[in-house]
Amino acid sequence: MVVSIWSTTKIAFRALWVNKMRSALTMLGIIIGVGSVIAMLAVGQGASEKISEQVASMGSNLLIVMSGSVTSGGLRMGSGTQMTLTLEDAYAIERECSAVVAVAPMLNGVAQVVYGNQNWATAVQGTTPGILEVRDAALVSGRPLTDQDIRAAAKVVLLGQTVVDNLFGSLDPVGQIIRIKKVPFTVIGVLEKKGQSVVGQDQDDLAYIPVTTAQKKIIGTTFAGMVRTILIKARSAEEMDRAERQVNDLLKQRHRISPKGEIDFSIRNLTQMLQVAEQSTRVMTLLLGAIASVSLLVGGIGIMNIMLVSVTERTREIGIRMAVGAKTWAIRMQFLVEALTLSLSGGVIGIILGVVTSEILSRLAGWTTIVSPLSVILAFGFSGMVGIFFGFYPAYKASLLNPIEALRCE
Amino acid sequence: MIRTFDVTKVYQVGEMTVPALNGVTLNIGRGDFVSIMGPSGSGKSTFMNILGCLDLVTAGRYLLDGVDVSHFSKDELAEIRNRRMGFVFQGFNLLSRSSAQENVELPMLYSGTPAGERRERAREALVKLGLEGREHHLPNQLSGGQQQRVAIARAMVNEAPLLFADEPTGNLDTKTSMEIMDLVVRLNEESQITIVLVTHELDIAAFSRRVIRFVDGVVVSDVKQGA
Repeated sequence: MVVSIWSTTKIAFRALWVNKMRSALTMLGIIIGVGSVIAMLAVGQGASEKISEQVASMGSNLLIVMSGSVTSGGLRMGSGTQMTLTLEDAYAIERECSAVVAVAPMLNGVAQVVYGNQNWATAVQGTTPGILEVRDAALVSGRPLTDQDIRAAAKVVLLGQTVVDNLFGSLDPVGQIIRIKKVPFTVIGVLEKKGQSVVGQDQDDLAYIPVTTAQKKIIGTTFAGMVRTILIKARSAEEMDRAERQVNDLLKQRHRISPKGEIDFSIRNLTQMLQVAEQSTRVMTLLLGAIASVSLLVGGIGIMNIMLVSVTERTREIGIRMAVGAKTWAIRMQFLVEALTLSLSGGVIGIILGVVTSEILSRLAGWTTIVSPLSVILAFGFSGMVGIFFGFYPAYKASLLNPIEALRCE
Repeated sequence: MIRTFDVTKVYQVGEMTVPALNGVTLNIGRGDFVSIMGPSGSGKSTFMNILGCLDLVTAGRYLLDGVDVSHFSKDELAEIRNRRMGFVFQGFNLLSRSSAQENVELPMLYSGTPAGERRERAREALVKLGLEGREHHLPNQLSGGQQQRVAIARAMVNEAPLLFADEPTGNLDTKTSMEIMDLVVRLNEESQITIVLVTHELDIAAFSRRVIRFVDGVVVSDVKQGA
């Protein structure tokens, strides 16, 4: 004997409709719970998506060799404070490491660039033609740096979009002459836009010049031929570790570092670092979701409270139903469906609220938010579970009533 | 149809035990129309609750159609109430937020009757009791007599052979009471429904063919009378 779910649901809806205000307030707990779970997961998901995007924009399979600490007169300097890498190191890596596909030595500094009456402080980076491949960068106009430019220490420059916007506005910069630290440079190309880096740095606010020109004219070095860092692109993600080992061995040999000697360079695996960042975002997402689900739990307790009140108020109704033949199961079902109706209706409204909230967050606060179908299903399922879990006890209590006493109740 | 052997009922109230029935042995045949009378506290309502499978005996046996239901489970008793008996109460006991139609449909809801048939049979029952056009009224939009007729329709809609009426006219004026009793008599005579009526009014008991009097939990008289 099965009392149809449809009839039961209809009864539940009517019972809830009678106490509209009370039902709405009870649902509010679930609405807020589900809404915040959806919104929080959307924010977290958006953040990790953004990081993945930025990982890709930094250049894939990237290793960074930095000038390491040196001991100078008993003082140990932090990494990068002294330049220990040379242009020759970079060329040697390119020549000898089989797991490496491209290399770009970097000698960078901040300098004022001037065009006409406009000026802009930007990161001027001395490098080699390999930079485009290492950074996964492309040109929107003009030509790239060439080996000829490097050999000749040519006064040519590739500009990032931000620099172009600030100096030229809508003018075409290719072929124009700009001044970097009063030295005239010819703009030979414009880089494609890359957006912000993981740490929020504008990756388009830069100018690439030949490394040799930088050494001679723009950024002073203690010894000729020094560079600050060497960027290396491995052949593939799987070859990252092999590339790192090869570079390490080669540089140790080139810098004549004995097994016990102090290593004067360090290699950073950027992809790995970013993966860690992504991991931590994921943890943050989970944490946000967990905090939000606490409010879902509180909403569930609200449902249980109201259902208990409802059972007490409707004791007589339960008695009548029992007298005409409602079995334990049917009474239990009725109140369970009522709790479920509350929690699932709240769930649906909460999902809508959550989607709207994340949309507002992305519009107003400019955060990337992604509402994944999985989080919607999860939130809906969870609200259903809350309904069953917290509805069961009141339903159980109702089914235990004695019909005679229930009928006698006013 | 109904046979009880030495039925005893004792209520436990806190530390005290209160006896309500002290060995009742009775026989009610098919198609009978029995009034149960007695002062309050005499055990007549308790006895009817037991006959109506709303309560269990403490000791003794209760045979319904030859089956001992004394120790049936809650759900088995619910099934019996649903299929084989109907109830009419003094306070009508209708669901106040449901229409007359829905109230009558209720027993069929729990017997798993399909929705279409439910609607049809409930309407028929209401029409038969002169409530045509009131199917969608809520109980508080109906007069006392009409509410009691809805209750009777509900009691009869599953074609139960047994009707228990607990002071069915207690809340009604004399004229309406007579109308309701005429209905009950008709059910008994035309549909051969066995009726057990609890009342303390002599003129109501006068409609029945047999009057059983209870005092202090025992039967003190059992008199057949011409209707």
